[in-house]
Amino acid sequence: MAILSQTEAQDILKKVIGFSTADECDATLNGSLEGNVRSARNSISTAGAVDNVSLAVTSYFGKRSGTATCNQFDEATLRRCVQRAEEIARLAPESPEYMPLLGPQTYLSSPQSFAASTAGITPDYRASQMAASMQYCDQKKLSSAGFLNDQAGFVAKRNSKGLEAYQRSSNLDFSITVRTLDGLGSGYAATDFTDSSKFDAKNLTAIAASKASASVGAKAIEPGKYTVILEPNALVSNSDASLLGALMRSFDARSADEGRSFLSKKGGGNRKGEKLFDERVTIYSDPTNAEVPDLTFSGDGRPQQRTTWIEKGVVKNLYTSRYWAQKTGIPDLPNPGGFIMEGGTQSTADLIKGTKKGILVTRLWYIRPVDPQTLLFTGLTRDGTFYIENGAIKFPVKNFRFNESPVIMLNNLEAIGRPVRLNGNLVPPLKIRDFTFTSLSDAV
Amino acid sequence: MNRRDFTALTGLAAGALWLPSYPSLAGNLADPAALLEPGLDVAAKKRLADVALNAAKAAGATYADIRIQRTLNQGIFTREKQVQGISNTESFGVGIRVIANGTWGFASTNNVTDAGIAKTAQQAVAIAKANAKVQKEPVKLAPQKGYGEVAWKTPIEKNAFEVPIKEKVDLLLAANGAALDNGASFVNSAMFQVNEQKYFASTDGSYIDQDIHRIYPTFGVTVVDRASGKFRSRQSLSSPMGMGYEYLTPQAADKMAGPAGSGVIGYKNSYDILEDAALAAKQTKQKLTCKSVVPGKYDLILDPHHLGLTIHESVGHPLELDRVLGYEANYAGTSFATLEWKKKNIPYGSKQVNIVADKLQRNSLGAVGYDDEGVKTKEWNLIDQGKLVDYQKIRDQAGIVGQTASDGCCYSQSWRDVQFQRMANISLKPSATKMSVDELVSKVDKGIYIVGNGSFSIDQQRYNSQFGGQLFYAIEKGKITEMLEDVAYQTNTLEFWGACAGSCDQRDYRFAGFFNDGKGQPSQSSAVSHGSATSRFNGVNVINTARKIG
Repeated sequence: MAILSQTEAQDILKKVIGFSTADECDATLNGSLEGNVRSARNSISTAGAVDNVSLAVTSYFGKRSGTATCNQFDEATLRRCVQRAEEIARLAPESPEYMPLLGPQTYLSSPQSFAASTAGITPDYRASQMAASMQYCDQKKLSSAGFLNDQAGFVAKRNSKGLEAYQRSSNLDFSITVRTLDGLGSGYAATDFTDSSKFDAKNLTAIAASKASASVGAKAIEPGKYTVILEPNALVSNSDASLLGALMRSFDARSADEGRSFLSKKGGGNRKGEKLFDERVTIYSDPTNAEVPDLTFSGDGRPQQRTTWIEKGVVKNLYTSRYWAQKTGIPDLPNPGGFIMEGGTQSTADLIKGTKKGILVTRLWYIRPVDPQTLLFTGLTRDGTFYIENGAIKFPVKNFRFNESPVIMLNNLEAIGRPVRLNGNLVPPLKIRDFTFTSLSDAV
Repeated sequence: MNRRDFTALTGLAAGALWLPSYPSLAGNLADPAALLEPGLDVAAKKRLADVALNAAKAAGATYADIRIQRTLNQGIFTREKQVQGISNTESFGVGIRVIANGTWGFASTNNVTDAGIAKTAQQAVAIAKANAKVQKEPVKLAPQKGYGEVAWKTPIEKNAFEVPIKEKVDLLLAANGAALDNGASFVNSAMFQVNEQKYFASTDGSYIDQDIHRIYPTFGVTVVDRASGKFRSRQSLSSPMGMGYEYLTPQAADKMAGPAGSGVIGYKNSYDILEDAALAAKQTKQKLTCKSVVPGKYDLILDPHHLGLTIHESVGHPLELDRVLGYEANYAGTSFATLEWKKKNIPYGSKQVNIVADKLQRNSLGAVGYDDEGVKTKEWNLIDQGKLVDYQKIRDQAGIVGQTASDGCCYSQSWRDVQFQRMANISLKPSATKMSVDELVSKVDKGIYIVGNGSFSIDQQRYNSQFGGQLFYAIEKGKITEMLEDVAYQTNTLEFWGACAGSCDQRDYRFAGFFNDGKGQPSQSSAVSHGSATSRFNGVNVINTARKIG
């Protein structure tokens, strides 16, 4: 049941809209099949599977709205769901920010967002991938903890104004932490794919294992300002807040206009059009990108299109709610799913070769906001931190706590490497000068 | 902790239509009346549970448990003078966990029929058998007697779901009004209510029916100075509680005054949202112009709303046995407090530090009668006069540390997710001798009084941490002198607890609660409380967090 075809999904939604007696009606159908397996100490710890489809109906009477859902799809249940949404709408307070539903929209096509290989994953496939990872660590006398999660599903929308949308998507995420048996070394690697046929757990485990072995015997060096090479896992995360993720989530027009964002302008207004970053920084989103295909419509039905957020260091666009776009007359741009940061051709290894003195950071962790005014964040390095001298890694170093703003970081840019897919984004490794480490940590 | 959940909720309030992906509200949107409809009766649940247990055993399981769970959530979101959204969600389904060939398997479904349950039980066994082929550490469960048919309810006085939405909306809008009247530029407020109707049954012979309630009113006030471009915020000093709507009826006895000269008011077992919102606006205005802290060593006086988060991060998490053993290495991390470290008898803190774990305290978020693998809950010591004496553990971990019983701290956020070891309430015992907040402050020569939990970060083994707060006040020669800004302290867990120089007594003891503590993969959320009284920590390193951007 979980992955309905476009026809099956729209047939249900047509019935739903047909039952509506409200001024406007909007219906969204979501379904997914998900599976996971988790390991620790080179052994399977837990595993699970979830199968779910659900319908959400929102009815509008004037500026009042109400939502109800169900997960059974017989005619009586659908009718009851619509009636319930209408009952709630009649009782709801009027919303001063009400916007009429959108009419028919034209969406880009992004068929690569779904792969049958991922949808067909079985418990045996998950067990065999995890087994290959664990066996590699057994052979190397290392201890691993990993997580493999796959999901395949669809989302379909329809409303009483004629809007119609449907798209399937799939995703496989895998992350692995490898530690030396004495607990003195730790390494990490993570990856994600739309198409699981590209995935090989053992290859990724080898990267984490190599970092674990190389990080034993870390030396303490004084905290302070250092040139750093931040690998993609230090810039975005699938399990924590992140410096680039936090930056992109701060591009909300309303917060900027209201004076409570780093993008607010002194005296009023926002900083769109200002050059706030190094001229080599360009970040955009594109749901049709073959490497990071994404949904081509947003939750409220607006089209997702290629949008440039930062171009050559200049803030080009801010995302917005439909209400705020209409009120202020700015482009009506929804918050994107993933983002793409343009980069160069150098690998992380190339960036290391070009570094006289610096620190290689595999991953940053427990990243939390300290001051929204400057977008200052704190967090720590983790799972592989190394001192670089004359173009080579010299020795592992103890982990640091940092206090840094991605705004300052993207002004202190020394070099940009080749982007790789991570957590649905394309992110290059970055070489940054004067990155601020404020204390040492004994954590491995 | 996972504060991103709160951000996600405010995103929902702004009109996002898709079903929320955050765990604590995962479920289907429902209308308020439906939330009061009774779920399945106990006899029907017992019959369905037996379908699962029998199907699992028939498929080859040596152990099985089932949770038939209905979770109701209501979230009300407002900003300034308007309601942004009201979310009513209901989620119903079953999660079935089995051991087959010495390996765990788990599957869940919202198809709560005999056929759906039997199929799900078989799927859980199939997953266990697939993984058993590559399993090296067979699961060993601590023995657990069956309790037969038993029940437990959160002792609430007023079911928040029975309070008309209008009454709750009016209260939030009144709080917003109080903030705006006192100088707030913006105010967002929200109220979250949770009811877990959880039926657990296992092949050990337990059939446990529980009705669990939680509530969390909160707000954030922002004041913007357009001329300077500066803005500051202050969050509510409420705490999420294991209570009903009675938490929103202020009682004078529950108002806890901060030290003289601070004007701070904290809250015990009831909350005055109108008073707090008005104070928050006034204090946030002060923050715009107050002195930026001079970095250095200070004696810190930490209020319970703040200290609860430090306890959570630097004691609660490192003493979770799954972290200690390496089961969370790939996500939340491990722990410095390993079994080997414990044997060395290195002090965890000063002699003043006595920390207990429990799942019993009335009004706490962790209080339940039985955990999610059918173990009756209890209280136990973790740190006794500064010395580590025990961890938090569940049935498949007890044997690893040579113990014969679980501590009863297994939890799953919903029917969809597998249960695993989660943090109990972890609390610092108050001073046994009489000590008021004013007396505690009077002995400090150069210090800072920190109120409320703010920014927080700690490494994956729980050594190095950095904490901010909501309000900071300078203490000079035993008196509060002025408000400070840009304060955060960086510390090491053992140094921090070693610097604990005493606490106030039971009169000042209260909870700080956390609604969305994240752990596990897929990540799950749990709610937990931490009790403490205002406490003193000597010679802590304070940094200045002010920066300039272009």
